Amino acid sequence: MAIRLTKPWHDLNEAIPLLRGNLGVFELADKDGQVLYIGFAGGKSLYGLKGEVRDLSARITSATQVRHEVNTAYQSRFRELLMVHVADYGKLPPYNIELNHQPGRLGRISPA
Amino acid sequence: MDLNLTEEQDMIVGMVRRFVREEVLPLELDLDPDADELKPEDQDRLVEKTKAMGLYGLDIPPAYGGPDIDLVTRTLIAMEMSQHRAGLYAPCYGTFGGAGLAQLFEATDDQKERYLYPTLRGEKRGFFGLSEPSGGSDPARAIQTKAVQDGDDWIINGGKLWISGADRADFGLVFARSDSDKGRNGVTCFIVDTDTPGFHVRRIVHTLRSAHYATELQFEDMRIPATNILGEVNRGFAIANDRLTRQRIPYAAGCIGVALKAHEMALEYVPQRETFGAPLSTRQSIQWMLVDNEIDIKQSIWITLEAANKANLGEPFRKEAAMAKLVATEAGGRVVDRCMQMFGGLGVAKDLPFERWFREMRIRRIGEGPSEVQRHVIARELLGSSLR
Repeated sequence: MAIRLTKPWHDLNEAIPLLRGNLGVFELADKDGQVLYIGFAGGKSLYGLKGEVRDLSARITSATQVRHEVNTAYQSRFRELLMVHVADYGKLPPYNIELNHQPGRLGRISPA
Repeated sequence: MDLNLTEEQDMIVGMVRRFVREEVLPLELDLDPDADELKPEDQDRLVEKTKAMGLYGLDIPPAYGGPDIDLVTRTLIAMEMSQHRAGLYAPCYGTFGGAGLAQLFEATDDQKERYLYPTLRGEKRGFFGLSEPSGGSDPARAIQTKAVQDGDDWIINGGKLWISGADRADFGLVFARSDSDKGRNGVTCFIVDTDTPGFHVRRIVHTLRSAHYATELQFEDMRIPATNILGEVNRGFAIANDRLTRQRIPYAAGCIGVALKAHEMALEYVPQRETFGAPLSTRQSIQWMLVDNEIDIKQSIWITLEAANKANLGEPFRKEAAMAKLVATEAGGRVVDRCMQMFGGLGVAKDLPFERWFREMRIRRIGEGPSEVQRHVIARELLGSSLR
């Protein structure tokens, strides 16, 4: 499994009806592909990835694209994606900060 | 060994049991089923409670401000602390504090000032870096990370695998081969700051555990001063080995706690759940599962407490610790599996904790030395020098 999320981006409006209730992780981005938010659908998520992406996209109105990965290890994958984002860009995605959706103490990673 | 709890042990166990049931379990209703941390405000509130109970920093020696608790009582507490969903790998979500790395109690005064005391104050975190891609069960031979002396410093190159907490740590104990010709007598333990140039956390290793992950580390020409050697040059294996032996007792106790909780839930459930016009509890197949659970749990408890008692008395306990780890991890897996079966579909859903325990309990037969290594340790103790 690649460290970075390598799934293709999809238009949000087209993708949401096709998403299913799986566990997993996802990224929301603006029209330029800048990642705005990294999230996960966990055991408490109503309707899994479909519900989480739908709810978050309603709160993050500048998001136009989504990509996702079905993954039962969603907690560790979520943290890994956040760590990689910090390694690449020096900070968390803006809406993880604004919505305070981040682990208590995020680790540091320096992918090869 | 006296099989009865003392009045003090009974009181402490009861206090921890109430804490888990009244403080921890209610919080888990709102957490993600795979969570391993509480909200900061809940964490702080519960830490204040464990401090008020006089049980914060359970593994810190009294000389360093920890409570004076013997190892048998500590084992009984560990059996209580794990009786919740996250209990196997995050007992009470760390609200009882930790000792950091126990090996640092043997450090030099300078090392204690720089690493031990800040860890005890909660200002620094450490990791334990022993296992490598070449193997973890036989560290004396498997360690390929090399340390070469260069003046007053040592240059370390290599890597580690399956290391918990390295990505969030400020420092770690890194075991490296300092003499390639001396086997287990050629390993040195270094205290490594994680901001040292050449220290890299390359990736997270995703496993059956979702939240509590391991990491892979790489060291590239990492320069470590000789003042950061823990213990003596080429004597690091003894530090690692002591830790591996001691760790087996609380590791076993955590599995017993989860087995106790799973068994308790099944005992409550089967008289209520009806199939084909009668409660599950009337079915012999269910009764036998409960009986097997009871036997698995009881034998695990006594073998683990015997190991703790021997360690407490200062007697050799390597064989007993290996037996405890072997029996409790394997029995714990069987108990959780039977309970899942009794709960049917609910048993595998994330609504209940069994599926998390099932995944995490499976790791326990491998972590801290797999069952086969424990059997090897026991055989070596039984056969002594005749075993080659």
